[in-house]
Amino acid sequence: MSIFINNDTKLVVQGITGRDGSFHTSQMMEYGTQVVAGVTPGKGGQTFEGPDGTMVPIFNGMDEAVAQTGANTSVVYVPPAFAANAILEAVDSGVSLVVAITEGVPVLDMARAHAFARDKCVRILGPNCPGLLSPGQSKVGILPAQIVTEGPIGVVSRSGTLTYEAVFQLTSVGLGQTTCVGIGGDPLIGTNFIDCLEAFEADPETSAVVMIGEIGGTDEQEAAEFVKAKMSKPVVGFIAGQTAPPGRQMGHAGAIISGSAGTAEEKMKAFEDNGIAVAQRPADIVGLIQDALG
Amino acid sequence: MDIHEYQAKERFALEGIPVPPGQIATTPDQAEAIATEYGCAVMVKAQVHSGGRGKAGGVKYCNDAGEAREHASNILGMDINGLTVEKVLVTPAEEIETEAYVGVLIDRKHQAATFMVSPDGGMDIEEVAASTPDRIRKLSVDPRYGLMPHQALWLANFLYDDPALIKQASKVVAQLYDSFVNSGASMTEINPLITTPEGEVKAIDAKMSIDGNELFRRPDVAEMRDLSAEPASETKAREAGLSYVKLEGSVGCCVNGAGLAMATMDLVKYYGGEPANFLDIGGSSNPDKVVSALEIITSDPNVKVILFNIFGGITRCDDVATGIVEATRRIDIKPPIVIRLTGTNEELGLQILEEAGFSAYTSMDDVVEKAVELAKG
Repeated sequence: MSIFINNDTKLVVQGITGRDGSFHTSQMMEYGTQVVAGVTPGKGGQTFEGPDGTMVPIFNGMDEAVAQTGANTSVVYVPPAFAANAILEAVDSGVSLVVAITEGVPVLDMARAHAFARDKCVRILGPNCPGLLSPGQSKVGILPAQIVTEGPIGVVSRSGTLTYEAVFQLTSVGLGQTTCVGIGGDPLIGTNFIDCLEAFEADPETSAVVMIGEIGGTDEQEAAEFVKAKMSKPVVGFIAGQTAPPGRQMGHAGAIISGSAGTAEEKMKAFEDNGIAVAQRPADIVGLIQDALG
Repeated sequence: MDIHEYQAKERFALEGIPVPPGQIATTPDQAEAIATEYGCAVMVKAQVHSGGRGKAGGVKYCNDAGEAREHASNILGMDINGLTVEKVLVTPAEEIETEAYVGVLIDRKHQAATFMVSPDGGMDIEEVAASTPDRIRKLSVDPRYGLMPHQALWLANFLYDDPALIKQASKVVAQLYDSFVNSGASMTEINPLITTPEGEVKAIDAKMSIDGNELFRRPDVAEMRDLSAEPASETKAREAGLSYVKLEGSVGCCVNGAGLAMATMDLVKYYGGEPANFLDIGGSSNPDKVVSALEIITSDPNVKVILFNIFGGITRCDDVATGIVEATRRIDIKPPIVIRLTGTNEELGLQILEEAGFSAYTSMDDVVEKAVELAKG
């Protein structure tokens, strides 16, 4: 099992003809993801050739792509200026999950897109996220496939490479993953920690969860309360940004301590107060997971 | 991106928010001339991207032009929370009857622009929220409808009892929302929003931060960036497409990915060192980016050692290693470099680095310990 994506995921790639879109489409197809369509306005009727010679049809719009291929998920590699429109179009097309990889989407555009998605009951992951990967089943986004393996650990994180770091360490000691989810580094993201924790709790194959947070906002604090109230499975946490100065954006648009709120310290305390084992260093994550699994 | 008070007031004025006139001075002479022109008592206000200007002595009341000159000469060049004051705003002093607070920020939980208003203005709103939360009224604006007139009125009703003031304030609230949206802001506040003895509502202070992702479509706002208000190294990093924040320590950090970069800084501290910077070099193996990163890091005289921490995911370790080797050949670097490389094709990557004479590591802890040791000399 897995969360959000699996063997039945049929993917449309928005921005399939762009540099990032085409590169990652090949990578996803190589991993075995069913990429059933691409969308680039003005390039409808063309095809994208996958690494094994599979031809993926390209459409001008999401509506047509979904109607003709039965796609249920989309991934967005469209540049920031057009990304919000691409997300809105995807939400309106009938897919149930929209994974927005693009970094740099204006926050107010996303406020509108998230409101629209809530109305339509469509899940958005991201933006500014690496996507997600269910080992052995499907990969949607840019997570490196070489570092994952099938197993019982759920991984959810706001960061990209820090997630890879944790996943790589888990894999190297033989602890595989059900699904690795990057929820994104922006202030307004669609799927949050709680959504992922809830799904991991419900997934029978997942036996423990690694949650990697960072400074900014209160998503981790709310997730910690959720863990205490609603989860039976053990959760190990890590927070990046203990040395980040207040008021400065640390790479991710959402990684900023505003006033005195959103510090690593308060998040780590919330974890500890709610029964989440806190890794002081990334290297401690594996040991804590092993302890939790007994 | 932060903008100055006088710039935020320009944004406010575009929407019709009543703000007092004002002019910028960079010398005491100019401040005196502006005050003479107004011919009344003025305020001289430091223009820096920092709160607490008043407490730091950067905001002064001046009875006449002579005093304006004197205060301006004290304030210009003053250090406020590590920032040097390069310019002051000279503005007619207003008579203040009451002070309120009106702010808008992006609320992550409600995923919307959210108002906070309080009749207790003129102080830090975080303090008001902590000590007297019932003195704050909040409203999240549905982005599909915008701020509706009855909502603006509901917020204004919380500030005043006098219908004439409520009417003016509800207009200001609506205009502030427009200013927020049309500026592509992530935060804005009027603190204080005053009433005068004549019964006028005015914004006598203004603060605004812009969402960096908006700048591509708002050239008029992008032009407001004050390069003198940030270290030259940060300007250079932005132009090179790197995410960089200068800090005070001695371990220069060069990392791919924002989360890993923060975790690396934290680990430097864990092992007893201090990071010199946050730097996210991104996912590519492009030697040009590495060259820019190294130039930026080494422009900081505090840097005693350069620490690379790279996770090779989609970009393979051997490509990253080749990029680092090529970059270090192109420029002369004095501080020692230690490199940690892990992920896809790490053996190949390490081999390339070792052949080029670098000490390379696969463990993040080992490389950070080594860097801290070298930094301590």
